[in-house]
Amino acid sequence: MNGRFVRLGETARAKVSIVIDGQSVEALEGDTLLTAMLCSMRHVRQSEFGVEKRAGFCLMGACQDCWVWTDEGERLRACTTVVEAGMSLVTTQPEAQWANLAL
Amino acid sequence: MGEPRIVIVGAGPAGVRCAQTLLAAGIRPTLIDEGRRDGGQIYRRQPEGFTRPYAKLYGTEALRAQDLHETFTRLRAQIDYRPQTLAWNIWDRKLHIVRDGEASALDYDALILCPGATDRLMPVKGWQFAGTYSLGAAQIALKSQACSIGCRVVFMGTGPLLYLVASQYVQAGAQVAAVLDTSAAGARIRALPKLLARFDVLRKGRALVASLKRAGVQMHHCIEPVEIVGTPGQGVGAVRFRTASGKIEQIDCDAIGMGYQLRPETQLADLARCAFRFDALTRQWLPQIDELGRSSEPGVYLAGDGVRVLGADGAENAGRLAAHAALIDLGRSEQAGALDALKREQRRMDRFREGLAQAFVWPAQQAAKLSDETIVCRCEGITAGELRRVIRDEGAQEANRAKALSRVGMGRCQGRYCGHAAAEIIADAARVPLEQVGRLRGQAPVKPLAIATVEDTE
Repeated sequence: MNGRFVRLGETARAKVSIVIDGQSVEALEGDTLLTAMLCSMRHVRQSEFGVEKRAGFCLMGACQDCWVWTDEGERLRACTTVVEAGMSLVTTQPEAQWANLAL
Repeated sequence: MGEPRIVIVGAGPAGVRCAQTLLAAGIRPTLIDEGRRDGGQIYRRQPEGFTRPYAKLYGTEALRAQDLHETFTRLRAQIDYRPQTLAWNIWDRKLHIVRDGEASALDYDALILCPGATDRLMPVKGWQFAGTYSLGAAQIALKSQACSIGCRVVFMGTGPLLYLVASQYVQAGAQVAAVLDTSAAGARIRALPKLLARFDVLRKGRALVASLKRAGVQMHHCIEPVEIVGTPGQGVGAVRFRTASGKIEQIDCDAIGMGYQLRPETQLADLARCAFRFDALTRQWLPQIDELGRSSEPGVYLAGDGVRVLGADGAENAGRLAAHAALIDLGRSEQAGALDALKREQRRMDRFREGLAQAFVWPAQQAAKLSDETIVCRCEGITAGELRRVIRDEGAQEANRAKALSRVGMGRCQGRYCGHAAAEIIADAARVPLEQVGRLRGQAPVKPLAIATVEDTE
């Protein structure tokens, strides 16, 4: 997986391992979930209303574009959640949902 | 009489100076903040374990940032400080808050709202693609996470933040492909008399632009954004724009930071039933305040960029003034006369704000030019054409009516990022003055809450 964000420093932090859509991914302590995910992939979720993938927009908890889910179904806002070792996340909404008519 | 209960919302420059002023008067305030740490957005603190020094993080503002952080650290134990707490409603003179899914309500004798601002956005075709971020987001990625939003970044929009973030990216070693400013260079010259109100800030701004030139960053003025070119799977691939001479150009990039100055977060003021007035200069509705920050509602005070975007220095002053106003109104201060210097300072800041609005103009005319297929509401993918249809076919001429019919502004950002542009589109399509379109009403909860949380409070 190639990432979207590029780390420019602060890379001496301890490594933290998380799982995204079943794949193990390495993050750094102090990363937000959004950073952890976007350093190794291009998006964090599929838009429910359009054909495109999303990767967050405001990074300050205002736009709600970066919602992701734990594999237990809990919804998290990726830009304001700190990564924790062992987290397991999915980029598609787990609960039953209406069809995305744009897809 | 017991000690009055004063609740502050927001621990940025305004909120921290407000708390400090109240403590100096012997009152222990409650400070509600959504962030994990104090500092707000502009002086956002990096997480524990990060090691970059102040000079690297905050540049010319390093000393001010450090002073604000150290002030808070010194006072923290004396404040009823509640981080990671969302203030989501104001009802019946109670502030409703939630932390970790647990909701409660606070009574107050005085409520001082310092909620800050977010980027002000104008849509462009393709802005829904992954890799489009607000300018503020681009800055947060760098400041708080030491990341660039992409391998090759274009910054587009207008305002001081455009140049500040671009130069911070260059300094941090990111690749900045271009800085595209929608404002004309001439506007800056015409705004000079007002911008001279803060010569020091003007000089810092010029130094930023010079540093970008030295770094060889491509810079254009007076551009018109045409399209963010991208694909649904991979996101942003390029940006197309019309140059001042009318030529269409395309620059390859995998990320875009976009913004047109800032818009105050006014939802809580709205829920507190504060009166608003139309600000013709910046083309938006803003809460009314007096010189000290008193709103139209007794006991409710507004300070910082959440009511008037004066920047961090102006926010620190506004926080102090609002604290004094509350103290005076509660009969705890006789200092009205001693505030003259602060008030004078704020008038100077406001003159500069007017200068910035003239120099870096909100591109209202772009709204009318957006193609019908351009997405206005990023949350739910609603197009300019759909918004125009409810105006044309269903007669909506007012912001909330158009929202009800089109759902533009009804998504999970609650109109923060589409509301101002939508109002411009409505005004243009309905041929009414923008003022008459009104503004989106603030709705509780001001941010999405879990249903379980709401039930807990009943």
